[in-house]
Amino acid sequence: MDQSRRDFLLQTGKAIILTGAASIAWDAVVAGAPETAPNYNMADHWWAMIIDIEKCIGCGTCVRSCKAENNVPLDAEHFRTWVERYVVNVDDPEHPQVDSPNGGYDGFPDLGNLSPTMKTFFVPKLCNHCAHSPCVQVCPVGATFVSPDGVVLVDKDRCLGCRYCVQACPYGTRYIDPRTNTVDKCTLCYHRITKGLQPACVETCPTNSRMLGDLKNPNDPIHEYLRTHKVQVLKPQMATGAKAFYNGLDGTVR
Amino acid sequence: MGGFKNGSHLLRVVVFCAAGVAVFLVARQVAVPKDFGKYGHYRAGALDDARAKPVVFAGQKACGECHTDIVELRKTSKHQKVSCEVCHGPLAKHASGDDTTTPKRPDGRTACLTCHLKNVSKPAAFPQIVLKDHADDGPCSACHQPHNPKIS
Amino acid sequence: MHGVQGYMYPNEVELQWSILIVLYPYITGLVAGAFILASLERVFNVHVVRPTYRLALLTALAFLIVAPLPLQLHLGHPERSFEMYLTPHTTSAMAMFGFVYLWYLMGILLLEIWLDYRKELVLRWRASRGFARQFYGVLTLWSDNITPAALALDDKVGRIVTIIGIPSAFLLHGYVGFIFGSIKANPWWSSPLMPIVFIFSAMVSGIALVMLMYIALWKGSGRRISMPCVDTIASYLFYAFLVDFSLEMVDLIHRIYEADESFHALDFMVHTRLFLSQIVLQLLLGTAVPLTLLALTQIARFTDRARLRLYVVAGCLTLVGIFAMRWNVVIGGQLFSKSFLGYTTYKMQLGTREGLLPSVFLMILPFGILWALVKLLPPWPEGSEDASRHASAARG
Repeated sequence: MDQSRRDFLLQTGKAIILTGAASIAWDAVVAGAPETAPNYNMADHWWAMIIDIEKCIGCGTCVRSCKAENNVPLDAEHFRTWVERYVVNVDDPEHPQVDSPNGGYDGFPDLGNLSPTMKTFFVPKLCNHCAHSPCVQVCPVGATFVSPDGVVLVDKDRCLGCRYCVQACPYGTRYIDPRTNTVDKCTLCYHRITKGLQPACVETCPTNSRMLGDLKNPNDPIHEYLRTHKVQVLKPQMATGAKAFYNGLDGTVR
Repeated sequence: MGGFKNGSHLLRVVVFCAAGVAVFLVARQVAVPKDFGKYGHYRAGALDDARAKPVVFAGQKACGECHTDIVELRKTSKHQKVSCEVCHGPLAKHASGDDTTTPKRPDGRTACLTCHLKNVSKPAAFPQIVLKDHADDGPCSACHQPHNPKIS
Repeated sequence: MHGVQGYMYPNEVELQWSILIVLYPYITGLVAGAFILASLERVFNVHVVRPTYRLALLTALAFLIVAPLPLQLHLGHPERSFEMYLTPHTTSAMAMFGFVYLWYLMGILLLEIWLDYRKELVLRWRASRGFARQFYGVLTLWSDNITPAALALDDKVGRIVTIIGIPSAFLLHGYVGFIFGSIKANPWWSSPLMPIVFIFSAMVSGIALVMLMYIALWKGSGRRISMPCVDTIASYLFYAFLVDFSLEMVDLIHRIYEADESFHALDFMVHTRLFLSQIVLQLLLGTAVPLTLLALTQIARFTDRARLRLYVVAGCLTLVGIFAMRWNVVIGGQLFSKSFLGYTTYKMQLGTREGLLPSVFLMILPFGILWALVKLLPPWPEGSEDASRHASAARG
């Protein structure tokens, strides 16, 4: 057959196949079906997060979205992620004033005018998905673990509710879900990232101060970001291998 | 064998313990899930459980599949990088077609103030307004198109 | 909200480990301490404390049986607790402790008690009928081998078990100390000294308990108390207490001197929220007073009656003090924020699963079990004057 017809058939064939593949993937994405995106291979990924303190406006959208996405108890004592506000008197940096009203769920009331020696900023907190996680180390039954793609997860069917891991986390990111009496915490929205979506907090942050990164993917922008910004992890002296990197983290942040 | 005869009761203790160990090993075979230890000291099925959770937020890309006009409107907007669901709330069910009711439109003020109300702790460069200095009454959408809010 | 002062991470406000988790190290400590006392006679040939040998073993057993109960009550899913034996995580001190506990219960304590009581059990098996006969048959594993040679072998094996039992007892309670001491996230707990401090405070509490049980049981059944026995036990209590006190002082001095980032937060906590339990109950009433009383009995001369009274007071205060120590470690470690910027309050419930009432019940239960054990396996040393009550009463 002549060139134009062949081209037409090729294009049509491609379109059909791509649409078919896209619709399968789309169904999986949106229906929340157990199967991952067709080509998700755990060994290809090593997930991390970047939090940009300089961009966070403390609106609390991430806190609300996380609770909605992950069915987290709505009370003030259980958070997978929360936002803290720091008010630091630069003449007394060892005693910052910190608050997190309802974890930042409803935003923060304005403090009005501050004296000239004060500085103030927001710090979002979440599970750091430590590579050398102390919570995984102490779990007696293997109910919490680091997945092959770098996410610290909880097996709700095996957790005894002994709370040893809650004690062992230096960052206070774990809690007991009172409805299941098992431990719960940020999963980096594992059910989303394995389908090519962003975690709910990243998706809904209006200033893009949260970014998901894949350290194993050479094309991921996280590598360039880490190279060009001064980043820190929380409590580096604990040597937990934390993978939540903070840009613009002030030394007073605990 | 005098020694053995003297220790016959001790032998029973050994047998009793051996029986206990045997019961334990059998229990282990039966009760430990077969996929335990596949990737590490945990049940591999837990990974599948984590992946199987329902998706609540559709994601900006999903909205753009249908609402191409809004995508176009936001191309030059300051709000281009603000995900739709920041203001419109979780809409995975709407995007998938599971929920055919029309999603409620956010009122033209609450969502805006969540971010743009002045707060001394927000970065100074972020656009913030003090209500009484900025047309206190009425919805923000009276002057600002939320998808492309700049008033030219 | 919720009695919070300053800033706590939101998930930290509610305490994770309740009074039940205070009970657990207290009870296992009593076990280890009681066993060490029993081993004094068996291994180190301190024959003057022979009257307490069997009593110490039975006390250890009664408390060891109860030890897992506070843990079970505390777990979110107690029905899954067997998973610790099926898929133990070898990096977890808690998982490994399950095996240490099992080893100690079966391989050391039950075996030693069995070997010591076997002759009497066999005699009863032979002499009884019906259900009692079945019962004793099980206890003797249906072996009636009590020839002198067999009993001599029992004695030899028993001695070996006790020798292995001493490091096992240290392991039992040292491990509990390690469960806390290995948590780098918590500066109140994280310390290489923690297992050692736990071991010595366990010895102190166990020795005090057996001493009190001996006095109570012998007096309560009209038997004559051996003063050399009690005096020796009290002196061991005194020495163990001195070591325990020194270790805790070393820890305190080290913290004050180094004054690392956690120090000010912890110091404030001790002076405010932990004042009653740490300064008053543990240090003053629970350590300084008993140590002084015991020192007095070592230095000055008292009548037997006066000395006995001092021992009882010192023993009771010691038990309170060591309980306070466990409270201060467990609860104290959760009252301050890991941000070192705030404090919370422990709101102890009354009648819930982890409340005060179940805890009181769990502390009384071992005494009930001990009472049953004493009835079943009388602790009076065989062939001694105590074995026959009439003999003691006749002697007046």
